[in-house]
Amino acid sequence: MVKFIRGVSRKTWVFLGLAVGVYLIVQVLLSVGVLNDFWSTIIRQGAVMAILALGLNLIYGFNGQFSLGQFGFYAIGAYASADVTYRWTLLQTANGVTVLFMVVVLVGVAILGLRQLLSRIRGVDALSAFALYLVLTIVAGALAVVIGGALAGPVTTLLNLLPPGWSLQVVFFLAILLGGLLAAEVSFLFGLPVLMLGSDYFGIATLGFTIIVKVLFDNSDTMFGFAEMKGARGMVGIPQLSSWFWMFVFLLAVVVITRNILQSSYGRAIVSVREDEIAAMSMGIDVASFKTFTFVLGSLFAGIAGGLYAHVGGFLVPDSFNFVKSFDPMIVVVLGGLGSVTGTVAASFIWSLVLEGLLRLVLPQGFETWRYVVYPLLLLVMMLLKPSGLFGNFEIPYLRQALPALRLKNNPAPAEATQGSKA
Amino acid sequence: MMTDGHIPSNAAQNDARLVVLDVQHLTKLFGGLRAVANFGITIRQGELVGLIGPNGAGKTTIFNMITSVYSPTQGTVSFMGERIDGLEPHVVNQLGIARTFQNIRLFPNLTVLDNVRIAYHHHADYGFFDSVLHTPRFKAKEQELTERAQEFLGVFNLQDRQGEIAKNLPYGEQRRLEIARALAAAPSLLLLDEPAAGMNPAETTALMDLIHFIRERFKLTILLIEHQMQVVMGICEWITAMDFGEIIARGSPKEIQTNPKVIEAYLGRGSAALSEKYRKTREHAA
Repeated sequence: MVKFIRGVSRKTWVFLGLAVGVYLIVQVLLSVGVLNDFWSTIIRQGAVMAILALGLNLIYGFNGQFSLGQFGFYAIGAYASADVTYRWTLLQTANGVTVLFMVVVLVGVAILGLRQLLSRIRGVDALSAFALYLVLTIVAGALAVVIGGALAGPVTTLLNLLPPGWSLQVVFFLAILLGGLLAAEVSFLFGLPVLMLGSDYFGIATLGFTIIVKVLFDNSDTMFGFAEMKGARGMVGIPQLSSWFWMFVFLLAVVVITRNILQSSYGRAIVSVREDEIAAMSMGIDVASFKTFTFVLGSLFAGIAGGLYAHVGGFLVPDSFNFVKSFDPMIVVVLGGLGSVTGTVAASFIWSLVLEGLLRLVLPQGFETWRYVVYPLLLLVMMLLKPSGLFGNFEIPYLRQALPALRLKNNPAPAEATQGSKA
Repeated sequence: MMTDGHIPSNAAQNDARLVVLDVQHLTKLFGGLRAVANFGITIRQGELVGLIGPNGAGKTTIFNMITSVYSPTQGTVSFMGERIDGLEPHVVNQLGIARTFQNIRLFPNLTVLDNVRIAYHHHADYGFFDSVLHTPRFKAKEQELTERAQEFLGVFNLQDRQGEIAKNLPYGEQRRLEIARALAAAPSLLLLDEPAAGMNPAETTALMDLIHFIRERFKLTILLIEHQMQVVMGICEWITAMDFGEIIARGSPKEIQTNPKVIEAYLGRGSAALSEKYRKTREHAA
């Protein structure tokens, strides 16, 4: 641990210091009342969008897979975590936590176990593998509901031992994480057959996914028995727990994780798939696995963002997850710059502060309906003037990959063998 | 035309060297098009073998089948005595077959250093959670890997270019980087797909030296596709010539040069006779 902390570079400390500084300033402004509820919501929306768009940037910007499914996973995360906290606060039971926990764990174990097994026995074609995964998931899910239901009673008692404020925060934190993991697991299953498709077809398929998810939530009360979700009428009464503190914690975690993965061998493998799939596989990169890995990671972020979003306004309606809205994160990613973490975070806040916030104050009522005229125009102008996004390849020092210093011994190659070709 | 009848199987049968690559009856159909038919080749350790033929003869298709980018319609590919056809491309690479591409396929927007480091992914000896947390173990391994990559770039005289974006390199250096990247993961068989394409004579000569150099230094076995006769004739020990997906001749560079079928394939019908006439008049004159 000591070794770990000592190994953290100066750049990292500076970054963390600045980030905490920004957090404190905003927190103070919120507490004092300089920023009212309207702006508080707008800022928190910016953080939600940043997490969502970072996930999409991983999939589209770094891995090169054009995905419109991000909003589907966002919706899954939102509804899953909202249901958990709803049950805890209004129905006074922890069965949401226990069932979702068991589902995530058992399905996760089933998926990872089957993956190990399939990698040993080669020659199972993709669709048979998909069928196996699906059957196993359904079995694991059913088992999890039974076990989770049985655990609900004791866990409720256990959580009630904590001070009331604390237990709520614990449930909230678990709900967000579990919602994200559920979205990640769904994305794994969905990605199995779909990631085999070429990039454009993949885009269409993921768009289909977003539409399916929206329709499923339209019928959540009648078809699936989640009476509290109230189907297309919208779910109300979700506790508004997404404080600026939680937003900051999750956003910081997502940025750091993204950065650390990108600056490792995994990150290089992810990017190599975008650069040239054939070359990547000929260099020993398991292209299919890395597409799945990135898609799952991006969806995990989407699920987390969804959970946070659900607890901002306390109100969820399937219509806010329709496919037209699913272009929002795409707009943000393109605006910020494909493959730029700094750009994505900045563009998310610009999007929420300027487009959702400032313009709504400045422009007359009814501007909202013109949004889908303004956004495409903005995108068009952007593509014409600066196609690489607002920030292009720019990264702040912490996120920039440092070029390692050259430490070379004598050069062993004969000069005539390697020189001379300076075309 | 059957191949086994009158075209001698390559090299001496009693060669004691280890067979690195053994390809038998390889066939590839694209719909109704027969891209490769009944192709066979045996390459022993340390050999430098050429594969020539006019455009569309099926040479690159053979490379794609050896590296599992395509799966063969028929036939087998064995590497170091084990069947590798049907494996996934990245597994084939990890077993020790590396390749370059006819139209350079670098990772164009990445640095020269990262191009090489990606080839080490399989050797990056840390887990996923090490990379999420950048643990001391991660840092040590990453440092080691980076130094290895830099040392490797040094062998190819590209160390000063490590920070350059790959697509900004001049053509010759891109070729060199592609070869460096292919060799980074220490393969035992290297497949070079037209390495001299688009090079001027000076660059070609440098390339030939480079191929000799890497072969000695990394103890490589090399299979080479090439159009430039200067390269093929200059460095290959023996050559297989193809046309329309079939083997038309095998032998030493000298034998291939005078083989009427090869001349016909490259220059058209009738040219073989012409060339024969030309050779005779030259011999008379001498």
